[in-house]
Amino acid sequence: MTSLTDAPQDPLPSGRSRSRRSGRGRAIGWLRANLFSSIPSTVISLLLIFLLAKACVSFMQWGVWNAIWTVPSNQTGACRAVRGLGACWAVIPEKYRFILFGTYPFDQQWRPALSVLTFIALFLVSSRRSCWRKELMLAWVAALVVIGLLMWGGILGLSFVPQDRWGGLPVTLILATFGLAFGFPLGIVVALGRRSRLPAIRSLCVLYVELIRGVPLVSLLFMSSVMFPLFLPDGFNIDKLLRAQVAFVLYAGAYLAEVIRGGLQAIPSGQHDAADALGLSYWRKNALVILPQAIRHVIPPLVNTFLAFFKDTSLVLIIGIFDLLTTAKTAIVDPAWQSFSVEVYLFVALIYFVFSFAMSRYSRRLETEAKST
Amino acid sequence: MTTSASGPARGKPTRFSLGHARPAGYVWQVVVVAITIAVVFWLWSNAAHNLSARRISTGFAFLGREAGMPIADAWIAYSPQNTYLRAFTVGVVNTLRIAVIGIALATLLGTLIGIARLSSNWLLSRMAAVYVEVLRDIPLLLQLLFWYVLMQGLPAARAAWMPIGGVFLSNRGLVLPSIPIEAGNLWVIGAAALGLIASHALRRRFVARQLLDGTPRSVWPYALFLMAGLPALVSWGLGVSWTIAMPQLRGFNFVGGLTLSPEYFALLVALITYTSAFIAEIVRSGIQAVPRGQWDAAMALGLSRSFALRHIVMPQALRVIIPPMTSQYLNLTKNSSLAVAVGYQDIVSIANTTLNQTGQAIESIALIMGVFLTISLGISLFMNWYNARIALSER
Repeated sequence: MTSLTDAPQDPLPSGRSRSRRSGRGRAIGWLRANLFSSIPSTVISLLLIFLLAKACVSFMQWGVWNAIWTVPSNQTGACRAVRGLGACWAVIPEKYRFILFGTYPFDQQWRPALSVLTFIALFLVSSRRSCWRKELMLAWVAALVVIGLLMWGGILGLSFVPQDRWGGLPVTLILATFGLAFGFPLGIVVALGRRSRLPAIRSLCVLYVELIRGVPLVSLLFMSSVMFPLFLPDGFNIDKLLRAQVAFVLYAGAYLAEVIRGGLQAIPSGQHDAADALGLSYWRKNALVILPQAIRHVIPPLVNTFLAFFKDTSLVLIIGIFDLLTTAKTAIVDPAWQSFSVEVYLFVALIYFVFSFAMSRYSRRLETEAKST
Repeated sequence: MTTSASGPARGKPTRFSLGHARPAGYVWQVVVVAITIAVVFWLWSNAAHNLSARRISTGFAFLGREAGMPIADAWIAYSPQNTYLRAFTVGVVNTLRIAVIGIALATLLGTLIGIARLSSNWLLSRMAAVYVEVLRDIPLLLQLLFWYVLMQGLPAARAAWMPIGGVFLSNRGLVLPSIPIEAGNLWVIGAAALGLIASHALRRRFVARQLLDGTPRSVWPYALFLMAGLPALVSWGLGVSWTIAMPQLRGFNFVGGLTLSPEYFALLVALITYTSAFIAEIVRSGIQAVPRGQWDAAMALGLSRSFALRHIVMPQALRVIIPPMTSQYLNLTKNSSLAVAVGYQDIVSIANTTLNQTGQAIESIALIMGVFLTISLGISLFMNWYNARIALSER
């Protein structure tokens, strides 16, 4: 409980005192001010340093000194010998192709790799403020078409690869990106509908948003894998990945609609009046005046929603779609490698972390920019 | 799913709009509602056709049939011979069990970490920041699988770890000492709850009287009697036993005490750590939202730091904290459905098994929806009530 009594001594990190002397004196002054300012603070610092050192040493022992980096193919005896004492990183070079690309034909795996790079390029371009123009929409359409061509193939001399052979990181990125690309327009329409003065349209939108947000994503995914086929006519069958994709679009649409609605509420009514006075129609008013401002207001929460959504795609594991997490879990079903799941999970966690961390940093930057202007 | 009126009127410079209740608005509404009804009807007739082709009768009659599904971790009496209704009840209890305990512990941990992030101690605030950043940026399901693998890697019951006397951690889960609850114990707990309510009422009354005559009255002697003395009297009068059942290793497993299965424990740890990272951020921004002048004013009045935090800053921070906190609680409850990935049988998992056994897809999903909407509504109502209670009351 010391942290509680310690905290109020400085409620704002900005108030942290930093002495501005030179060299060692400054370092000591800094240590004094930030680690050993009072008796409780000193106790906490020493305790944390001790725990941190202990954790670091045991992690280094497990992950580096006692770790095994390579083994001859599938001969995991050496790994088993150090089990519990050292990590078996050899599982990563052995399985990384499967984890990243699933059961995609081995000699064709440059195609999903190229798709992943296209995705990353698309995200990087979209994150630049100078690129926020109408052409960006075209870039998205082009990129998504290119990715579709690369993954499916069947033309331009590329062999056709059916969807059930896709797996790993491209599937995660496809679910997330296509979910957003279609969920975003849906969210805009629903957000507008929810603020409409027409009671029937408003209540339909409220019903949709609240129903989707009220239930767990897992049950939506179950619904997509079990109930969709039931609701479609006989012989009309759509692929499992596509069904999950539809569920994700509906899910993203509901959450994005709420974020966008927040932005719409922040627009003063004078903007509506001015647009009406100019004689703009409802759609032109929203497209040209209201939405550009509203969406600009909510860019940081939108990025946070994207981030949550990216992480949520991992839930397709439960309905057996081969995304990054599922391929990781499947990679360690192999009896030779069965007991090294911690290593594989850490590897996959790192991939997820890189994407998410980049997004959360980006959102943080946008927030500070928004505050300063 | 056709609420989206993707604009057929987009190109036309008409007065058709979603925004105005002019006559054109009625046309819009009629069109959208008609399309919705048509699509729903089409889906429904497909479903009816498909169900009859598969000889599945719709309706909830199946709830009365024998479930035949084993549930390992049931807190109310259950056997596979019981009905589906009973199985669903077990599922609801399991969901509530994880959600309520998860919310309580995540709030506690999240608040501590949020305050730690604001600490003047650089190391403490850095470590809290790293904790938040790492846990927020990795999918919950991955964390859950990770914790579950770690649980499975723990030593067997014979070599269980004992961090504190009576607490055992092994691949059979976490075993804690417990107090067997019988009717007498419940009476005592009831008396304590009554005492709590009475002391609260008394405190309000004292505060109201202090506002009138300015005399402070200490409430704690009465509260001590009501909350501790009264239950003690009841306990003594009824002769209730409060022996603590210590877990003991018999053969390959533990007897006595309270066992949390590895599935439950892994899910609980994953939910608590993941949600606490979000709660920490909410608490931090809530405290930072209180203007610094409030601290200064409290100091100028000669109040102590901890008094200022408890009585000046926190009440104001809570107004900022409560609304996002509500949605974190709802998220935790919904995320508890990830239980199905590690085999803890919550309502979603049981409904899914039912669906596979009986083919009653629509009914099972409707039950999941019903349960979650009810829980969400309950949490929202409670939090809205609490929010209204702490809201700024202008005099």
